[in-house]
Amino acid sequence: MADLKLTDVEKAYGSVQVLSDINLDIKQGELIVFVGPSGCGKSTLLRMIAGLERITGGELQIDGQVVNNVPPAQRGIAMVFQSYALYPHMTVRDNMAFALKIAKKSKDEIDAAISKAAKILQLEPYLDRLPKALSGGQRQRVAIGRSIVRDPKVYLFDEPLSNLDAALRVATRIEIAQLKENMPNSTMIYVTHDQVEAMTLASRIVVLAGGGIAQVGTPLQLYQKPENEFVAQFIGSPAMNLLEGKITGTGDRTTVEVKGGGTAVSDYPSTDADMGAEVKVGVRPEDFVTAEGDQYIFEGKVDIIEALGEVTLLYFETGDADLEDLEKGDAAVIAKLAGIHKDLRGNQVKLGADPSKVHVFKDGISLLYREGGLARTATMKDFNVSKH
Amino acid sequence: MDNIAGTKSSLTWATHLSVLVLVLLWLIPTIGLFVSSFRDRDQISASGWWEAPFPVELTARGRTATEATLEGDVYVVTGNIYDDPEAQSYFPGGGGEVVAFGTSGREPGAFPAGEPVEIGDGETLVVNADGTYEWRTTEEPDRGQRVYFAAESPPDFTLDNYEQVLTADNMTQAFVNTFIVTVPATIIPILIAAFAAYALAWMDFPGRGVLIALVVGLLVVPLQLALVPMLNLHNKIGIGQSFMGIWFAHTAFGMPLAVYLLRNYMVGLPRDIIESAKVDGATDFELFVRIILPLSLPALAAFSIFQFLWTWNDLLVAKVFLPSDDASKVMTVKIADDLLGSRGGDWGILATAAFVSIAVPLVVFFTMQRFLVRGLLAGSVK
Repeated sequence: MADLKLTDVEKAYGSVQVLSDINLDIKQGELIVFVGPSGCGKSTLLRMIAGLERITGGELQIDGQVVNNVPPAQRGIAMVFQSYALYPHMTVRDNMAFALKIAKKSKDEIDAAISKAAKILQLEPYLDRLPKALSGGQRQRVAIGRSIVRDPKVYLFDEPLSNLDAALRVATRIEIAQLKENMPNSTMIYVTHDQVEAMTLASRIVVLAGGGIAQVGTPLQLYQKPENEFVAQFIGSPAMNLLEGKITGTGDRTTVEVKGGGTAVSDYPSTDADMGAEVKVGVRPEDFVTAEGDQYIFEGKVDIIEALGEVTLLYFETGDADLEDLEKGDAAVIAKLAGIHKDLRGNQVKLGADPSKVHVFKDGISLLYREGGLARTATMKDFNVSKH
Repeated sequence: MDNIAGTKSSLTWATHLSVLVLVLLWLIPTIGLFVSSFRDRDQISASGWWEAPFPVELTARGRTATEATLEGDVYVVTGNIYDDPEAQSYFPGGGGEVVAFGTSGREPGAFPAGEPVEIGDGETLVVNADGTYEWRTTEEPDRGQRVYFAAESPPDFTLDNYEQVLTADNMTQAFVNTFIVTVPATIIPILIAAFAAYALAWMDFPGRGVLIALVVGLLVVPLQLALVPMLNLHNKIGIGQSFMGIWFAHTAFGMPLAVYLLRNYMVGLPRDIIESAKVDGATDFELFVRIILPLSLPALAAFSIFQFLWTWNDLLVAKVFLPSDDASKVMTVKIADDLLGSRGGDWGILATAAFVSIAVPLVVFFTMQRFLVRGLLAGSVK
């Protein structure tokens, strides 16, 4: 039950810098989710907090105490591994008792802690079984139970659901959410590459990319006000459309002339200095609506239609995009319209969007974040990693 | 649908066949030794073990009686050659049909049975198939005539070899001595090697890679190289030739393989389990004792079987590092020196000794093999 503070934390393997400039303030009771593409260092960061990887620069504080060189066991953390990491030769009970026995707790204390954890996780019938006699979901619950009994200051979850099948993943996700609700004071850090997990569980999400933090915020902040192109495209599915354009109107609202004909109006403010600047206009597929007349952002021929019933996905031909780009999800413009629109295939369609939902990125950074101290130095070059 | 994973390959029969061939290859000499261990030494040298159920043709010698009856001027001696104690001693199971006979050791089967032969000086001799003989001589015999003969000997299985091996002087002592050498020489290296293997597998310290390379390098050094220097060292530090000395020697010689084998096994254990235990607060020692050791049972069992067999069957190291007095002889030395040394070429004893000394390793193997299980890690990581 504690605060966590990371100041300028860095990690390097020899001369290879994998993480740098990590600054984070985690308050007691928060569930922080580290999310990012493969290889962005999110697991490494978690392991540094756990004490399993050495911190090569900066400072990590737990409860106001610098713990850079404190061994894992004395940091007051508990970790749930992706692979469960149960002790295969011990029963469920012994697995959960292991840490407490090491800590030389009395037998009564151990029994009490185990029965409490078993009750929360509904593991009571399985206490005397070996891990091999449990299903994947049960094993993961034992792994979680093993951390609960220790009553740690901080819980660390390293992709705990990625070994489960889809149905079990949803069920276990909900269990973790309930667990968090039952323990409102515990601090949890959760690593995942699954944005649904991130969006549903997190009180705040930390998006990691290219060795640094791309944005920190609540799930909806990240969705509604992405700070840069990377976050904009990483959060949300299908990814946000980015259209090249040039600023033609500045002020409280920004007007952008989109390459290819349309005009976008955004609620994002801009300065006179931005006039004529090359920018990118970002619109989420689900924010597109069909438009008439001159007021449109994008016009194109519908190439492919995916009718899912509640929504219809329209894939537009774009002049310079070939099939390969389309497969990668890049370059193609996608619109997600409510309802069924099967008849649009092959038609020329105009799309518009509400100005409050039009994002403008200059040099990869959202115009919104340049003002009021929100500015960051990072540019898209720093996030030069492929989308997940 | 024929080639979906999990269906039996059509080459299964080839696998089975080669397994069968391998088993037979290994088993045939063993069975041979086993059969031989129950046979008489004369029978062993007369026919192969696979002919053990059939009669063997043995050559023997005896001497006729001297009580003669006078027929004209010829003394006739009759009787049965099997009544002669010397001839009997060749056939403990009772003599069979006489096939041939002769009068010189060089040609024991010169004449077919039942046919009277001139043997010089006007003497004639005939030995019949049932062993009866008639010897005619012109002089009154004061000594029986030497008779060599070849006779069928019925198959004869005996426990005499076992009796001889087991009741040899100090054999019990040698058996106990072997245990005194073998048990510590198995346990000590495992204890040391397990700790070393853990450190080399999971602890970070400078020079770890070099140490591992060194261990692998030591695997190829022949132990003969170290015999003399080590014995010198033992003498200098006052251990001399003793049981403690041989424990140290076996420990040292077994260590590279032990460390290498165990380290390679331990390094394959899931990292997550070890890190999880570290997060749970286990020190390296607790981690080793409570997690690594139980999970390394298959490797420990494998190595202990190796080391036990090797020290049990060892002759060289025992000869060098143990005193040569009777009280500290191990079985191998006892068999080589006392049983075979004085009875060179006694195959029955050799085979029996082999079987007596194989018994304990077999027991060890069959008790340890249940630890050589797969799936020890089941359920721990996905």
